Amino acid sequence: MKAAPASYLFRGTALPWMLLLPQLVITGLFFFWPAGQAVWQSLLREDAFGLRSEFVGMENFADVLADPTWLGAFGRTLMFSSAVAFLALTVALFLAVQADRNIRGSSAFKTLLIWPYAVAPAVAAALWLFMFHPQIGIFGRMLNAAGIAWDYKLNGDQAMLLIIIASAWKQVSYNFIFFLAGLQSIPKSVLEAAAIDGASPRYRFWTVVFPLLSPTAFFLLVVNLVYAFFDTFGVIHALTQGGPGKATETLIYRVYTDGVVNLNLGSSAAQSVILMILVVGLTVVQFRYVERKVHY
Amino acid sequence: MKRRTLGLASAGLVVATPALAQTTPIELQFWHGLPQPLGGLLEGIANQFNASQARYRVASSFRGSYPETMVAAIAGFRASTAPHIVQMFEVGTGTMMAAGRAVKPLHELLAETGVTINFDDYLPAVRGYYSLADGRMMSMPFNSSTAIMFYNKDAFRRAGLNPDQAPATWAQLREAATKLKAAGHEMPFTTAWPTWCQVEQLSAMHNTPLATLDNGFGGLGAELAINNPLVQRHLTTLVEMGRENTFRWGGRDGAGDALFANGSAAMIHASSGARARFVREVPGGAANIGAAMLPYYDDVAGAPLNSIIGGASFWAMNRGPNATRSAEENRGIAEFFAFLAQPSVAAAWHTETGFLPVTRTAFEQVRASGFYTQNPGADIPIQQLLRGGGQLTGNTRGIRLGGFVEIRVIMQEEMERALQGGQTPQVALTNAVTRGNVVLRNFERINRA
Repeated sequence: MKAAPASYLFRGTALPWMLLLPQLVITGLFFFWPAGQAVWQSLLREDAFGLRSEFVGMENFADVLADPTWLGAFGRTLMFSSAVAFLALTVALFLAVQADRNIRGSSAFKTLLIWPYAVAPAVAAALWLFMFHPQIGIFGRMLNAAGIAWDYKLNGDQAMLLIIIASAWKQVSYNFIFFLAGLQSIPKSVLEAAAIDGASPRYRFWTVVFPLLSPTAFFLLVVNLVYAFFDTFGVIHALTQGGPGKATETLIYRVYTDGVVNLNLGSSAAQSVILMILVVGLTVVQFRYVERKVHY
Repeated sequence: MKRRTLGLASAGLVVATPALAQTTPIELQFWHGLPQPLGGLLEGIANQFNASQARYRVASSFRGSYPETMVAAIAGFRASTAPHIVQMFEVGTGTMMAAGRAVKPLHELLAETGVTINFDDYLPAVRGYYSLADGRMMSMPFNSSTAIMFYNKDAFRRAGLNPDQAPATWAQLREAATKLKAAGHEMPFTTAWPTWCQVEQLSAMHNTPLATLDNGFGGLGAELAINNPLVQRHLTTLVEMGRENTFRWGGRDGAGDALFANGSAAMIHASSGARARFVREVPGGAANIGAAMLPYYDDVAGAPLNSIIGGASFWAMNRGPNATRSAEENRGIAEFFAFLAQPSVAAAWHTETGFLPVTRTAFEQVRASGFYTQNPGADIPIQQLLRGGGQLTGNTRGIRLGGFVEIRVIMQEEMERALQGGQTPQVALTNAVTRGNVVLRNFERINRA
């Protein structure tokens, strides 16, 4: 390690390995090991205490994929995730476009919009619970007083609506930051040129701004879908516990119920492996398209 | 929180002082699932035990709701950190009985340590729930409850109903609910523990099987049998009352309690152990709370029989798959159990909480003290357990199904869908049976010797 050689390549192999080691250890210990355990567990059927286990091959997967309630949860998750992503993205885009204008106090406005991101999912859900609980929630009581039979504990559609709104609300801040940054990186000269050519603000937004935002929007779409798939557990757990019936049971919530509550570890592990495959697929899609830079 | 810290600290002092001369006491981990105020009362009893001797110290710790406590204990066992004693709710009994070397059966524990507890003194309904078919005890009964009806006397008065006369049959309950509704009451009737109160207790009281093979006492091959005319009829009643706005679904498990505690609901079916909370929270306190036996359908021949118990028992656990307890630890567990079996402890727990006096001696002691004359209704749970003569049938002994925690969730899900109007009661019950039997067959397969 005296003077740097012409090429920047390491000569030996020891040093690069040493430098990589911390990262590799962390990845191995916290990602590959548990993932490997899940794969192994998914091939077993065990009693709750782990005293008797039986190797069953792909039987857990076959059971899961043939279970109408799991397929129901799958469809529900797709619907839920699309709804959350759509709502969180549109609201965030609208707010970002408003905040991007030259208005008085826009920095305070921006700061306030970022706050909800700092709220933990379970706490966010508790806030929504206290607003929309049919008996003790302010809005829940108002709705009932206004003659709308609001009871998300028994009405599955209302329960779904509530967790969609609560989950999307959490994600709006995150999207807002990215959209705002995206908007601010659009060159002023392009917009001014369009304005001089006589394009209306609305026309300018859809033909100039929106296409230039598309890489950001696509990135956010993937992130939001992954969020809705995997990070909404806290919201669902605090608000509905997957009920009423199975109206708000998503795949991730199902993994929890079968594994932690029902102690059916084989089936729960098989479901986790299926989810793992799904998220790998989503990531591959994201990398392929983001690298090509979405443009229209 | 403060009270608990103080309590622990003072118990520590009492134990520590004599221990200075000898060795430090052996610590026994005790995990329980009772929230306040019950949890505090329970920990108080453990502290009394600590103060009564110097060899052992029971360290109580609250582990969340009953199902959460069960999961924590099982996870603890898998990680070789299981508690010495865990409080397990009654629906976990089937799972624990099949748990092999994870648990230390009570009869073994007592035989090995030479500690004796007179189980003949225990109420048959309580003893039967936690014993093997040959009568050997598997776990230590402690906080046993049964479901009863509580009603708000003010609400009854305002609706022109007699506050000293609770509805005894379902026809009368429905009539009272309709009158309450007509008088402007928003929530005439709700229920806590929906499957326990509205399916399990109902089946027992009408001598109808919940599952085959004597509700699972006869073996792991039992199948659910709740798609029968009685339960169909009852679920139909609830769906109709829901439509008439005289019944409100209060949520799963114990969630419904809150609706009665805050004064919203006029009538509730809940655990008799909820009395401690209701007395503290319901506006008007004890004087405003009426207690009565669960209603029944009076046109069903032979009804009503005794209700069944709920609540929890204490299980001695081994530390992990490859770790057992020392003889000294086992002796400590046995002595703690013997402490709990004393009539004075059982009687005090009963009068403070509304749980059952689990032994006859404790019941006699409380009766002799005049407690029931001063607190009308406090003896309702025990009367209801002895209703129909107290001769247990295969349908009234209790329920012993593996994976019953999951089956309860399934039943609640299907009930919710029926109450939403998404499916008929008949379809709901058929679905519950089909899905529940899958759980039972999986449990049977994995636990067959």
